[in-house]
Amino acid sequence: MPDFYGTEVASRLMLGTAQYPSPSVLAEAFRASAAGIATVSVRREAGGEQAGQDFWRLIQDLGVAVLPNTAGCHSVREAVTTAQMARELFDTNWIKLEVIGHSDTLQPDPFGLVDAAAQLIEDGFDVFPYCTEDLVLCERLIEVGCKVLMPWGAPIGTGMGLNNIYGLRSLRAHFPDVPLVVDAGLGLPSHVAQAMELGYDAVLLNTAVAKAGDPVAMAKAFALAVEAGALAAQADPMDARDMAVPSTPVLGKAIL
Amino acid sequence: MKIIVNGEPIETETPTLEALLVKLGKGDAKVATSLNETFVPNTRRAEQCLKDGDRVEIVAPRQGG
Repeated sequence: MPDFYGTEVASRLMLGTAQYPSPSVLAEAFRASAAGIATVSVRREAGGEQAGQDFWRLIQDLGVAVLPNTAGCHSVREAVTTAQMARELFDTNWIKLEVIGHSDTLQPDPFGLVDAAAQLIEDGFDVFPYCTEDLVLCERLIEVGCKVLMPWGAPIGTGMGLNNIYGLRSLRAHFPDVPLVVDAGLGLPSHVAQAMELGYDAVLLNTAVAKAGDPVAMAKAFALAVEAGALAAQADPMDARDMAVPSTPVLGKAIL
Repeated sequence: MKIIVNGEPIETETPTLEALLVKLGKGDAKVATSLNETFVPNTRRAEQCLKDGDRVEIVAPRQGG
């Protein structure tokens, strides 16, 4: 099972908490997914609203580790201050660091990401950087002290799956000992199985479960896919070939 | 004095960040704060004075992906 900053997590599935039809469906989906980590955010609370307090109680009842994010931050300053507020609110050094560089694709800003990661690690944070599969960026993130990498599968919320298999495979090969998590863009259990088959340590998804017609059933489907993919990776899959090779013995075939 | 709280201008005479939170009914709430884009830990809210034009952010736990 994956180890993030010295904490072993009992599941390879990390699940977001946004966009569910109701808090009870959220809780039920989490139970069905057996996810070990829940991602959360910090946001303004309007007037006398108590939604944040109610949500916090719900999350505590899930009994999972909490990974706050800096979603929506476009600058290093915003991301660092948001991370500091999240650390106090959720009482954890873990932070899923998002520094968004492009509004249409929500692509991470690689330059701001490295800068913010360096500042936060210096300040004692355990940074989970939401990044692209760019090898040079990932090397820089490791250099500044990141001990986990979270490359995107595809842009957030698109459900397109793994857009760059070659890049993700390269990343796995270059960083055999760094926990790698495919984060974002996963739409189907088959995408998740594929990520695990590439040897990734975990996946993080949200919309694919929350926006499914039946989020609880979909959560279970993702849990099964994670397990299947991880087991396949451990079982050393065969290499693909260009030419057909008969599986039934040729020797002994009747000559007719 | 006029300050901005979560993007909304308000008139207040509360001298500190802590006093502002109490006035807004969030004295005991699970919230985090920043002043002029800089994080203010809960242990420093009582000594954090407010002045005209300050920008305060008060955030709470929320759903996220």
